[in-house]
Order: sequence, then structure tokens, then C-alpha cells
Amino acid sequence: MLGVGGIVAAILAVLLIGLLLAQTEDEFTWGAYGQQIASGLSQGAIFASLALALVLIYRATDILNFAQGEMATFTTYIAWSLMNHMPYWPAFALTLGIAFVFGAAVERTIIRPVEHRPEIVVVIVTIGLLIALNGLTGWLWGAEVKPFDSPFSLRAIDIGGVTVTVQDIGVFCVCLVTVALLWAFFRFTTLGLTMRAVANSQDASRLLGVRVGWMLALGWGLAAVLGAVAGMMAAPTLFLDPNLMLVVLIYSFAAAVLGGIDSPLGAVVGGLLLGVIINLLGTYVDFIGGELRLPSALAVLLIVLLIRPQGLFGHRVVRRV
Amino acid sequence: MPLLELKDVRARYGPIRALHGVSLTVDKGEVVALLGANGAGKTTTLRSVSSMTRTSGDILFDNRKIARRSPEFVARLGIAHVPEGRGLFPELTVWENLRMGARGKLGWEDAERVVAYFPWIERRRDQQAATLSGGEQQMLALGRALVSRPRLLMLDEPSLGLAPTVVAELFAIVRRLNEDEGLTVLVVEQNATIALEVAARAYVLEVGKVAVEGTSDELRRHEGVRKSYLGY
Repeated sequence: MLGVGGIVAAILAVLLIGLLLAQTEDEFTWGAYGQQIASGLSQGAIFASLALALVLIYRATDILNFAQGEMATFTTYIAWSLMNHMPYWPAFALTLGIAFVFGAAVERTIIRPVEHRPEIVVVIVTIGLLIALNGLTGWLWGAEVKPFDSPFSLRAIDIGGVTVTVQDIGVFCVCLVTVALLWAFFRFTTLGLTMRAVANSQDASRLLGVRVGWMLALGWGLAAVLGAVAGMMAAPTLFLDPNLMLVVLIYSFAAAVLGGIDSPLGAVVGGLLLGVIINLLGTYVDFIGGELRLPSALAVLLIVLLIRPQGLFGHRVVRRV
Repeated sequence: MPLLELKDVRARYGPIRALHGVSLTVDKGEVVALLGANGAGKTTTLRSVSSMTRTSGDILFDNRKIARRSPEFVARLGIAHVPEGRGLFPELTVWENLRMGARGKLGWEDAERVVAYFPWIERRRDQQAATLSGGEQQMLALGRALVSRPRLLMLDEPSLGLAPTVVAELFAIVRRLNEDEGLTVLVVEQNATIALEVAARAYVLEVGKVAVEGTSDELRRHEGVRKSYLGY
């Protein structure tokens, strides 16, 4: 797996790129460089959460859920409504519960009837869901941009010469704690084991008496929880509007492909990596700047698909025809 | 009263009819073999019992109608079905596969019983199931079926792709399970010789129908069976 080697390689890569930039860029400072990496990791943690949601559903059902971002936006609006009536963290927790039920209900009512249809049918249904949820969100809450509270201050603190905002650290920690809890759930609980078995083989699970339909609903519920976390972490900086997660979803697709679409670890590493890459590209490559960040994420996606279609941690799919 | 009874069971895959009215019984404590060539409908018969194909006709388990329910319903009644290709979870470990047999709640007693039959399982418990040899995979699938404490064990071609010594070992274990623990077994096999050694009775399927039935001795003496399936 990732291991010590991977971490050492990542640190070395960061130092090498820094040294390279120090030689070529006139205004390079290590402090600014570290700051870009820190905010890249913070954004990347959001991509990682949503990418992991995509991977969870993909592994269990072979479906790419194009509506994952809009589901996240929808639950973020629910959080916004709740936060008008209660403090941040109770609203946060309540939103996660609602997101879980919402995700499971979407699977039961919308995905279930088309489950055994060809993949293209299911993909079209998720795209339809994307459009419907986007419209519903706008209809319920209006299209104007809303401010969204952050539980973390924008105060900057100094860590070894690198100034990092509390906001960045907080976002990073919330996302990674969510991912870690989910990992522990899959690794250590009976329910998690059963869900991994269903992702491996639905037929074999049925023959052992597993109620596969409910396990899939549970998977969609957990994916929706991850999406809600990503949405609530993204909203304070991106501001809340019905298209909040549209762009984040594209970054998350790129992250999931980078890490390997069938690898949960890959989704997390891919998300963090992509966050750092687009931040460094946007800052140090003049012609990319702020505007070309999204195209550069798509370029990453394209390059991965061309050079290593299975991603960093994925398995090469061999289809016998 | 039979534990499992099929009455005129028919099944089809789209326009292709796979079973043309199969009737058979398995009594409690019995090992019954289902023999026949490729495409005779052996696997479809087991899949019909597990509600994995569309069927017509009655299937009774312990005098209760179980046809056209769901695989999970049938499994929870105590019918353990080891399918063609073994149905293991390749990415899970040996022990996780075993735990899934008891739907995650594997008791010590059941685990110990399986380890007594297959001692290597404990030594290699953390290995991925995909890395096991074919024989080990078949034994793990059998062990996984056992921890569910089945009332009926259905094995689909356990000998497929295995070396003769491994096949002999496997069937010896099936015999022990039957003789020592009274386990009821319905086994589908192309290898008629070894299946008839363990089974008390057998059915021979030909193009979706029962062509011959009887005790293993009767079938060994039956000229058609001898020539077509036993090869002497």
C-alpha cells in the first residue's frame, strides 16, 4: 500500500519542486510555497471526500454517480437552513444524518428500478437526477449566492515559517477524520465487512443470505454523508449557490481517476495530490493563473487516462470478450 | 418425508429452455448426486432451488414452498449453495470469507470445526482469497458453507479444474461430514465415478429432464450410465 516509501517520495517531490522553483522564479519564497501546498491540501481534502463518495458507489455498483455533487449541494442547503436555527456543530451533525437517509432513499427509489439495466441507462438516470436536484435546490432556496458560516476562523498561524489559516487546517482535519472513520467502519465492523463483500460479488453475497439491496442503499447513504461533509467544507470559501459542487465534482472525478476509480485509498491520495498540483500550477505557471485551474485538472485527467488508465492505485481491468 | 423436493420444475434463460420438468427428492441425512453432461441442466437445477433463475413448478424445503422467492430468503432457511466457480470474495481475506459464511458473526465453535477439517485455513487466515490455489478455494468455499450450519448443502461441480488427489480429498471430507454430522448434501458433478462413491442415490439429467434415477449401485450397473458417464 502507500507506506513509508510513498510518504518519503511525496516529501522529496515537494522539496525538489521547491528547489526547482527557487532557481527559476525570481520572487520565490519557501514560506509562500508552503502556504500554497497547505491550501492545496485543504482544497484537496474536499476533493478527496467527494472522490471517495464516487469510488464507494462505483465499487459497489459499477455506476459513476454524476449527481453526487448536486446531492452534496442539496444537503449543504439543508445545513444552511438548520444553521439559521441552531449552532454550527449540532446543525453539522444533523445534516450528516439527513444526508445519510437522503442518499439511501435516492438509491431505493430512483436507482433501484434501473439497477439491472445497461450502464448507460443508469448513467442517464444519475444525470437526470443532477438536473432535477439542481432545479429543486434553486426553486426551494433561490438562485442568489448565500454566505455560509465556517466553524473555523480565518486567522493565520505560523508553522515553521509557513503561514496557514485555521480555516485550512480545520477543513483538512474534518475531511480526513471523516475518511478515517469511514475506513474504520469498513475495516472493523460486521456491516462494513458485509458491504465490502457485496462490492466484491453481489451474487455470492445473496447466496450467503445477505440482503444486498439494503447494503447498496447503505453505501449510497454513506456516500451522501461524505458529499455533505465536502459541501459544508467547501461552502464558506466558494459561497453557497445551487452550482456550488458542480466544479468540485469535476475536480473530484479527476482525483478519482488519478488515484484509480476502484481504489478508496487512491481517491484520497488523488484528491490531496490534485489539490496541491492545481494550486502550484495556478501560482507558479504564469499562463495558468486563477482562470485555467479547471482545464489543468482536466489535463491531469486526460494524461492519467492516456498513460495509466487504472490510476495510481487502481487495478487494471482485463475484460475477456 | 423428503427435506428437499422438486416437482416438475421448469426454467428458461430468455427463449432457451433449460429445464423441461425436473422432479427429484433429497431425504434428510442423504448424499444425492446430480449427474449429466455439460448443458444438461444440473447447474440450473441448483440455481432454481436458490431462486437465482426464473422457474415454474413447485420446490419444497421441509414441506414449505420456496420457489420464486429470493436467494437471500432461501439461504436464510438453511440451504448453503456453493456455486459454480465457488463464489468466494477474491479481495477479502480467507478469514473474512469465512466470517461471511455466518454473515459476519462467526462463532468460535464453528470456526474451530472448520479449522479441524481444513487446518491450513488458520495459518493463512490473512491471505487474500484470490491468491489461493483452486483446491484451497474450493475448500474455503466448503468451509464457509459449513459455518452457516446448513440443513442442506448444495455443491456445484466441486471437482472442476482440480487435480485428482484434491478431488478425492474433497469428497472424503463431504463423506465425513455426512457420516459424522448427518449433513444432507446435493452435489452436482460431471465426475460420475467419484460422485457415485460418496452418494447413496443419484439422478442423471439429459437435456433438462431426469433420464435415469436410482441408488448408486443401480446406476453403476445401468448400461447406459456406465457407457456414457463412467466410461467402461
